[in-house]
Amino acid sequence: MKLLTCPMNGPRNIDEFQCFGPVRARPDPNATADRDWSRHLFRAENRKGIVVEWWRHVPSNYFFLAERDLVSNEIIRTFDAPQLRDRA
Amino acid sequence: MPLRLLKYGLSRDYPVSGDIPATPELKPAYDVVIIGGGGHGLSCAHHLAKYHGIRSVAVLEKGYLAGGNTARNTTTIRSNYITPEGIAFYKEGVELFERLSQELDFNVMFSQRGQLTLAHTEATMRSFHLRAEMGKHMGTRTEVVDQKGVEELCPLINMDYGGPLEILGGLWHADGGTARHDAVAWGYAAQASRRGVEIHQRTEVQGFEVVGDRVQAVTTNRGRVACGQVLIATGGMNYDVALMAGIELPIRCYPLQAMVTQPLKPWLHTLVSSVSLHTYLVQSSRGEVVIGGGSDPYQLYSTRSTLDMKEHLAEGAVHLFPFLQGVRLLRQWAGITDMTPDYSPILGASPLANLWLDCGWGTWGFKATPVAGKRMAQTIAEGRVPDILKPFALERFETFRLLNEMGATAASH
Repeated sequence: MKLLTCPMNGPRNIDEFQCFGPVRARPDPNATADRDWSRHLFRAENRKGIVVEWWRHVPSNYFFLAERDLVSNEIIRTFDAPQLRDRA
Repeated sequence: MPLRLLKYGLSRDYPVSGDIPATPELKPAYDVVIIGGGGHGLSCAHHLAKYHGIRSVAVLEKGYLAGGNTARNTTTIRSNYITPEGIAFYKEGVELFERLSQELDFNVMFSQRGQLTLAHTEATMRSFHLRAEMGKHMGTRTEVVDQKGVEELCPLINMDYGGPLEILGGLWHADGGTARHDAVAWGYAAQASRRGVEIHQRTEVQGFEVVGDRVQAVTTNRGRVACGQVLIATGGMNYDVALMAGIELPIRCYPLQAMVTQPLKPWLHTLVSSVSLHTYLVQSSRGEVVIGGGSDPYQLYSTRSTLDMKEHLAEGAVHLFPFLQGVRLLRQWAGITDMTPDYSPILGASPLANLWLDCGWGTWGFKATPVAGKRMAQTIAEGRVPDILKPFALERFETFRLLNEMGATAASH
C-alpha cells in the first residue's frame, strides 16, 4: 500500500485519491494563438523529473497539490492550493 | 554417437548459424537509422530491405532485442476500432498477421480465435452497435451478439444474471486473434539481418546533431552515426528520444501491468474483454491465462508492479470466471506506455525533414507491428506519407483534428 499525505486528512492509502495531472498555467483566452491553445490542451508535462500535480481525496472531495518524482514515484511533498498561488 | 549424425554436423550444407548475428562494429554512416530494436523498428527494417532495396540500415537498441514493450504487451490483434481511419489501418495490420508466418519463414503462432468484448450496461451496448456498423462498413468481421450469443461463444463465463454486472451482450470480432510476440520480433530481425540490416544491441542514442531542419547524425554510447533518414520507434521512451531532437510530443507515460496464471488445460477459446471491469483475458498456447487491464491511474516512468493493480485484475478475472479463484499467478510485469490524448498513434513526419515518427503506441502497439513497419518503410523510402497514415500526423493536435479511439481502446483490448 502506498501512502499519500492529504493536507486535510493526513496519510491515506493512495487508492483513495485521484490524480488530475500536472499543473498547467491557464492561457489568457483573449491573447492566445491556436497553436498555444493546442499546446495547453494536449501537451502535459512528461519529462523525467519532478512534477507538480493536482490530486483529489475522493471521499472528502478535497483538491490539493503534490510534488512527485516521475521516475522513482517518490512523493516529495503535498500542499494546499493557495500555496501554489503564493509560489507563482 | 552415430557417424551419420556427425556427417550432418560437419557438412557445409548445415553451417552453424544463429537467426540474429552478434552486434557488429558501428559504421560511421547509414542510409537509415532506426532508433528502437522492438517489433516496430525491426518490422520497418525488414520492409525497407525486402521491398524498397534499402539495406544500409542500422537498428539501434538501448537494451536487448525486443526487450521493451514488445516483450511486455499481451499480444491482442484486432481491428474493431471506431473511426474509419483507425479501422482501415488496423484492418491492414490484421491481414498482414494472417500471412506473417509465411512472410517471415518463421512461425509466429498466429491464432485467429476471435475477440469477445462484453457489455454490462446499455450504454456500452450502444457503443458496440456503432463499432459493429463501422466495422462492417469498413469490411471487417465485427457484430453485436446478445446474451445467448455470449454464452455460445464462451460457455464457461459467469453471466451474472440479475446481478449488478449482468452481461447484456457483446461485440464479437471474428478477425481478432493473438500471436507470439517474441517470434514476431525475431522473425523480422532474422529476415532483416539476412538482407544486410545491422542490429546494434546495447547501443543507446544520447543525442541528435541537428543542422537546419535535418538530423545530420545521432550520437550514441558507441560513437557518432551519420544518417540519411531517422525513425523513432522506441515505445515508452518515445517522448524522451523525441525531446533530444527538440520535439515535444503530446505524450504522457503510464505503466501498464499484466500477469499470467499457471498453465491450465485449454478452456478459453476466444479473447475475452470487459469494458466495465477493465479486465481482459486470453489463454496462451502454453495454457497460461494472460490477464491485463487499463493503464495505471497516474503518470510514471517505471516498470514496477503494484499489488493494487494485481488485485484489481484478479477481481475482474474471478468475477468473469469464478473457477479461477484457486489458480496461482505465475508471473507479473509492467511496461511503460506512451499515451496520446486521442488514443491514436503518431505516425509520419516530424518538424525535422528527415526524422520520422512511429510513436504514441500507448497500450495498442503490438497489433500494428507489421502494418506500422510496412507503412513507415514506405514513408521513408518514398520521402512522403502515404494516405493511410495521414490521419495519424503529429499536426492533428495543432489543427484540432483528433482521431478519437478512446471508446475502442481504453482497457478494452
